[in-house]
Amino acid sequence: MENQLLHGKMAEYTAKVEKALAKNPERHNLEHNRLYTPLDIEELDYERDLGFPGSYPYTRGVQPTMYRGRFWTMRQYAGFATAEESNKRYRYLLEQGQTGLSCAFDLPTQIGYDSDDAISEGEVGKVGVAIDSLADMEILFDGIDLGKVSTSMTINAPAAVLLAMYIAVAEKQGVSADKLKGTIQNDILKEYAARGTYIFPPKPSMRLITNIFEYCSKHVPQWNTISISGYHIREAGSSAAQEIAFTIADGIAYVDAAIKAGLDVDDFAGRLSFFWNAHNNVLEEVAKFRASRRVWAKVMKERFGAKNPKSWMLRVHTQTAGSMLTAQQPENNIVRVALQTAAAVLGGTQSLHTNSKDEALALPTEDAVRIALRTQQIVAYESGLADVVDPLAGSYYIEALTSQIEKECWEYIQKIDDMGGAVAAIEKGYIQREIQESAYKWQLEVESKKRIIVGVNQFQIDEKPPEGLLRVDASVGEMQKRKLSALRAKRDNAVLQEKLKALETAAREESTNLMPPILEAVQAYGTLGEICGVLRSVFGEYQAHVSL
Amino acid sequence: MEKRIRVLVAKPGLDGHDRGAKVVARALRDAGFEVIYTGLRQTPEQIAEAALEEDVNVVALSLLSGAHNTLFPKVVELLKEREMQHVLIVGGGVIPDSDIPGLKQAGVAEIFTPGTPTAAIVEFIKVHVTQ
Repeated sequence: MENQLLHGKMAEYTAKVEKALAKNPERHNLEHNRLYTPLDIEELDYERDLGFPGSYPYTRGVQPTMYRGRFWTMRQYAGFATAEESNKRYRYLLEQGQTGLSCAFDLPTQIGYDSDDAISEGEVGKVGVAIDSLADMEILFDGIDLGKVSTSMTINAPAAVLLAMYIAVAEKQGVSADKLKGTIQNDILKEYAARGTYIFPPKPSMRLITNIFEYCSKHVPQWNTISISGYHIREAGSSAAQEIAFTIADGIAYVDAAIKAGLDVDDFAGRLSFFWNAHNNVLEEVAKFRASRRVWAKVMKERFGAKNPKSWMLRVHTQTAGSMLTAQQPENNIVRVALQTAAAVLGGTQSLHTNSKDEALALPTEDAVRIALRTQQIVAYESGLADVVDPLAGSYYIEALTSQIEKECWEYIQKIDDMGGAVAAIEKGYIQREIQESAYKWQLEVESKKRIIVGVNQFQIDEKPPEGLLRVDASVGEMQKRKLSALRAKRDNAVLQEKLKALETAAREESTNLMPPILEAVQAYGTLGEICGVLRSVFGEYQAHVSL
Repeated sequence: MEKRIRVLVAKPGLDGHDRGAKVVARALRDAGFEVIYTGLRQTPEQIAEAALEEDVNVVALSLLSGAHNTLFPKVVELLKEREMQHVLIVGGGVIPDSDIPGLKQAGVAEIFTPGTPTAAIVEFIKVHVTQ
């Protein structure tokens, strides 16, 4: 009844708008409706669609009080050069009030090669820290109590090996595995689709992942065994809805694989975590976060029949959008990051990395990282955004957009299900093509100025090249090579050969969990390249689907 | 009919970021060039071989990992070894301004940094390519 009246009023408003448009046309690049009213959320049912914070379907957040007790974890992704250098940066960040660590590894480490491998030339220590063996890992966490800090490691294809190294370092510190807190990214599907640091083909990769789920559920129960990542899918160019849709489709594939491997869904699902991008369009991002929690809760409860509420919750780490940083007028990036931070907080993230202003140019300097961390602290302590739980709920626009993104997400999930799931969709190149299309569309919009990027295609100035960028010394590669040859001379190679042989045997036996033999090889100071080499020899390597 | 300009878009090294490479490849194709994309993780040797086999006029290298000072000059050198010094070599990615003179001296004709319109790359290739 009330809404019928409103329909009439809406018609009046539309007529008024038509007149106004004749005089003052609107900008032509606007994606959403002009105005949202109760008419846009007529279908919304508070208890069914929103519920209360900390309750199904978690649209309003996964904890009952959200940031009123504890803020999100402020976690800056860092790592470069050697373990010694990165250890210094970690200690600096902890001194500055950061509450968790996040390790960036260099590309050879991420792809399972030692620093002295020919293929590593030029890449050692560049985009992250070089870790060749347990010896490097001991240095990386020197003086940092692994029983107290929580550590996130951006490592995927060789995640089992790096996790084993972390467990081994903790053991040396006297901290048992059941006390360890942290996350490994361990999300191979988005590596095939968007990020590129894959090693093995999908089948053995999925086995390694489920082996980790199983091992951690017994021995490292507080560890987040995977961070199912939309971040890189978005960075590769996807839309907001595609980001969560493809990622949740990946999540479904992991849960399916683990159940197929004989695990009970409630034994591992509570340790699954997600990773979202905080992009430029603040309110769209808020709606995306809310929609993603609702979709995942339904997937876990209805599709997989999970019983434990912990299995229904989508807990998420967030990073501000690296691809939205501009090399032009880099100071402007501070403002972009502040807005993206607001989006992540209003969206209800559990932890956050804020990018530094200089990252379109190089790895960030210490000063730039401090500003990025201060941005989070300002939003937390000064802005009031963290004081009320899910403060945008009930906004006609936010609720309509949340439902719309959810709908788009289900449509993609259906399409991917029809193809046989995320693995099949990736092998067909479907997800890659969807992302590429969106990326190219974005670029054309920027070039035609349909989309304005301040300082890039409008409001440009003549600039001097920036000074004081961080540079990784080329000698890092040489230093790692020297450390490796010393290690190979010093360790008990006979024992190591036995451990590697045992790993090979285990790899050939599909029902064997690979975590224990990997841990033993790590403890015998086998290098990452040696351990991944054994697995490569058994599993082979992934051949990417190249399409334009 | 004029022969179409052939471009090899290549990702040397271990870097997995190919949003830029793919967007540039699409734009070059839309501009009428014939474009071959190598995919990820190509060694300089593989890139030089592909350039030779495909008989390209242009090699466009993309790298965001910081290994450009090692890998770009190596591609230039290997193309010379294969008597392909006529091939126009351009590069792009997260490359500090201070590295650009060195790369140009090594034989990379131009470096395109973040924010470059694809039209500028098309234009540069049209002006500088030798067929």
